[in-house]
Amino acid sequence: METPVLIEIKNLKTHFFLDEGTVQAVNGVDFTIHQHKTLCVVGESGCGKSVTARSILQIVDQPGRIVEGEILYHRPDRLSVAGNGEWTSGATSANGNSTTEIIDLAALDPRGREIRAIRGQDISMIFQEPMTSLSPIHTVGNQITEAIKLHTDMLDDEADEHAIELLRRVGIPRPAERLGTYPFELSGGMRQRVMIAMALSCNPALLIADEPTTAVDVTTQAQILELLEELQDEFGMAIMLITHDLGVVAEMADDVVVMYLGQVAERGDVDSIFHDPKHPYTQSLLKSIPRLGVSRNRQRLDSIRGMVPDPYNRPAGCMFGPRCDHFMPGRCDAISPPAIPLGPGREVHCLLYEDE
Amino acid sequence: MSEQSTNGQQISTSQNGSPAAGNILLDVKNLQKWFPITAGFFRRTIGHVKAVDDISFQVLQGETVGLVGESGCGKTTAGRCILRAYDLTGGQVLFQDHDGKMVDLGPLTNNEMKPYRQQVRMIFQDPFNSLNPRMPVIDIVGDPLKINNVAAGKELEDRVASLLARVGLRPEYMRRYPHAFSGGERQRIGIARALALDPRLVVADEAVSALDVSVRAQILNLIKDLQEEFNLTYIFVSHDLSVIEYICDRVVVMYVGKIVEVAETEELFDQPFHPYTEALLSAVPNPDPRMRQQKARIVLEGDVADPANPPSGCYFHPRCRYVQDQCSQETPELREIAPGHFAACHFAEELTLVGVTASGELG
Repeated sequence: METPVLIEIKNLKTHFFLDEGTVQAVNGVDFTIHQHKTLCVVGESGCGKSVTARSILQIVDQPGRIVEGEILYHRPDRLSVAGNGEWTSGATSANGNSTTEIIDLAALDPRGREIRAIRGQDISMIFQEPMTSLSPIHTVGNQITEAIKLHTDMLDDEADEHAIELLRRVGIPRPAERLGTYPFELSGGMRQRVMIAMALSCNPALLIADEPTTAVDVTTQAQILELLEELQDEFGMAIMLITHDLGVVAEMADDVVVMYLGQVAERGDVDSIFHDPKHPYTQSLLKSIPRLGVSRNRQRLDSIRGMVPDPYNRPAGCMFGPRCDHFMPGRCDAISPPAIPLGPGREVHCLLYEDE
Repeated sequence: MSEQSTNGQQISTSQNGSPAAGNILLDVKNLQKWFPITAGFFRRTIGHVKAVDDISFQVLQGETVGLVGESGCGKTTAGRCILRAYDLTGGQVLFQDHDGKMVDLGPLTNNEMKPYRQQVRMIFQDPFNSLNPRMPVIDIVGDPLKINNVAAGKELEDRVASLLARVGLRPEYMRRYPHAFSGGERQRIGIARALALDPRLVVADEAVSALDVSVRAQILNLIKDLQEEFNLTYIFVSHDLSVIEYICDRVVVMYVGKIVEVAETEELFDQPFHPYTEALLSAVPNPDPRMRQQKARIVLEGDVADPANPPSGCYFHPRCRYVQDQCSQETPELREIAPGHFAACHFAEELTLVGVTASGELG
């Protein structure tokens, strides 16, 4: 079922200007995020998945900046958290959405008032390492209520109550007592829950989760993923989940974007990405992961030869060309493959499918 | 311990598939490693973190044994005790010398340990911190050879070159420094360093956890190839069950410093006997979206118990789905449930636990 578009990214380019040269971290990325849906961005390190996410919030670290492209935020008409914290936009914008306001986030001043009003309220983010992304010198309660007080007109008491309610909702035992604790007193899984509570404090329309379970154990990962699914049902936000773990993608995603070296290799719904992958990179990525129960009797894993190229030294033409088994000399190293549509929401950047 | 002897026999007889059946290379007996918790100005000891608490297992010549568990379960500490990177608090680490004698590495001094450090080597998790950034590759890989007077000069250079070639790096790069290499290449350097002295036992501590998916497959294949070529025995420490399943012959599952289950890989994944193993298997995300509906994921409540202050009875009982009164009172012993398959659970025979069937479905 299609839901209205929430974020539309068009030809996004985020480059880092370093002394050694320009790193084209994100180089012409297009995709859309739909309301209430989960989009997974998957790729290896250095593929630009995190920078894409940070570009949406305009929190790209210096010396990086967005040099081209649009990030269109279709702001659902909304959004009062002041009262009982109910999400109000979904119903109205689903039928008609004439009142939807469209903001180009890429054009906003990274330090300006407008983007700051969006951060934490409309779009919020949780990070990989909850210890370094929480402040070690402020209590959990302080850090959660800061966002609430900034974006709503709640008073201190109300904000505290809201924070307790959020902590309870993310499964932290004895939430009222936890308000006064510092992050170092909590375990990794609990810290990640605090991050999630903080991110949800203003009922965002989009939650960006950047490798939220990479630093935690597999049992904690199961807890966190389960929690995110439950919260999505309840709060109705869209989730943009950034991960390198294809298992997590298979469990969580509605739509998948596969990235390689700053570009989209392939995108589509989760079932076709896993069962009908088109791009040679996606195909070999899926073959190279050990699977429980499947890889047991197999002698060798299929691996992708070579490694991700140096960002200063990108190959000409298709980025994956030098590692690809279907490499066509004279074509793949000359032409940068355009997006070839294969169906609704499904496209592949590979010259093999040019004629189709 | 009477249980100990049956344990030993069983494992050696059940291993007819391995190259040298019953040839025990390493015998860990009642290994303990406690870290003191100190407080106050005089750093008085006020308690102990029982990181590894009385574990026993054996490693046969030529096999790969996996140590698996969540962070804080003591798997890394156990690996480091075997290498004698830590001094033991108690127990024995018996290692088979070249002449077939079992030597206890535990009480050896640093000098006495030296010949064994050639035979027991380690591959580290983090390819960025485990290589000295100020040493070129030739020194990183060649220093063990130099220190142990194995090779020098031109011969050393040749040895390093052939080692690098063997792990898939170009020998011309041996004058370069680690920063010039990617994560996967650095891990290859670490592997070359571990292999430099023709070791017999290699402890790989999360050797592929920091690597990207496509590179991880390369390194796993390399580790497997090298085992055949050099007749290596591995202890593979990892939290990743799919990697463990791929690479290990036998698996030791640990929880809060204790062994909860030991079995051959296939056995353990098909039919776990400990509820913790079942939960671990169930928590692994399945890379197939069509499996989403069919999977009844067991989500463990709460966090791993604190090894400084573990719960009474079975350490797993506060998180266990099948908990009964007995569990909080009596500590279960590791017992043999099926031939070669040991579990520390009071109710191992009665519970029907779910493993992973060979098709990848949870069934």
